Amino acid sequence: MKITRRQMLVLLPAAAVAWESLLAGTPESSPNYKMTEHWWGMLIDIPKCIGCGNCVRACQAENDVPDGYFRTWIERYHVTDSNLENPEVISPDGGKLGFPVAKEDSGKYFFVPKMCNHCADSPCTQVCPVGATFIGPDGVVLVDQKYCLGCAYCVQACPYGCRYIHPTKKVADKCTLCYHRITKGLTTACCEACPTGARQLVDLKNPNDPIHAFLKTHAVQVLKPQMATGAKAFYNELDGSVR
Amino acid sequence: MPKFRDTGHLFRFTGIFVAAILIFLAIRGWLVPHTFGQYGHYRGAALTEIAAKPVHFAGHQTCETCHADIADKKRTGKHASVNCEACHGPLAAHADDPSVEPAKLDTGVLCAQCHEASAAKPKKFPQVDTASHSNGVSCETCHQPHSPTIEAGGAQ
Repeated sequence: MKITRRQMLVLLPAAAVAWESLLAGTPESSPNYKMTEHWWGMLIDIPKCIGCGNCVRACQAENDVPDGYFRTWIERYHVTDSNLENPEVISPDGGKLGFPVAKEDSGKYFFVPKMCNHCADSPCTQVCPVGATFIGPDGVVLVDQKYCLGCAYCVQACPYGCRYIHPTKKVADKCTLCYHRITKGLTTACCEACPTGARQLVDLKNPNDPIHAFLKTHAVQVLKPQMATGAKAFYNELDGSVR
Repeated sequence: MPKFRDTGHLFRFTGIFVAAILIFLAIRGWLVPHTFGQYGHYRGAALTEIAAKPVHFAGHQTCETCHADIADKKRTGKHASVNCEACHGPLAAHADDPSVEPAKLDTGVLCAQCHEASAAKPKKFPQVDTASHSNGVSCETCHQPHSPTIEAGGAQ
């Protein structure tokens, strides 16, 4: 077959386009899940939390979180009226095995479960030098562990202390909002295991999600609102002493 | 109109320049993952890779497809909104293959995780000082874990 110069000039760009589309592959392999139809967050109902540690244990079992590291953890606050600005905060082993029994009843106690806030304008994704951490089109902040260098800039950047460097993989690790579950229509492991309903996965793009009515009728706030992170972990009746 | 003379070196220079750009583009195309930039400044394939991780908690809907009798019983009691795996632990392996036996639970430990009395817990949450309450008798002797209604004159 003889190709003239003119034919060659036409064929070259066509071949390049075909090659590119071959390399790109299929964009989405889970057909029932449309990323653009969701905007995930979490509702944490402080008055319902009993500090049992079920969420911490469930998270570690679901996500193979190494001992001593936490994607979610519980803090117990003890605020006395003489020391409102300096609460006593404990979190023994992340609250994984519950908390020591509090005998005296002076001041107030409450539990604050903490986790990645899946911020819409998250500081952690902005500092990544290689594009290994990002917020997906569905509002979940994730780490691409194949691409991560383990430089730990993101660990320092997170104002909520939600990231760590995995001790054996040597890359950044964090809450994925159980991305492998929510994309299959399940709730997160922590929500599944919470006995009192203190945690609820919410989808802000779903008009039928009860979160919309809840946010209108309750005293809800996010952690460190002054940092303008666009946090999507909503705390109901959060005490002012929580940092 | 004066003609350019001795232009050969300009063509050679341009040739080197074009070749360098082509080599750069070729190396870049080889090094940068092909889904990079699909949704933003990251590898688009990472989303599907993370979504493909195995599930350990089957979810209460899965449990109820086989254990409808217990689900019905649970619906009538105080534990109606407590999911199966909150107490029984992650059992996706059992849901996939029912011959995988779930571990037996020790109610003495399990119930206390939530119900052990502590001044730190919300006041309306039912709590007992297990040591004085049962004196070592395991909880399910009096209480039904799946439907722990407290009847007058019965278990307290």
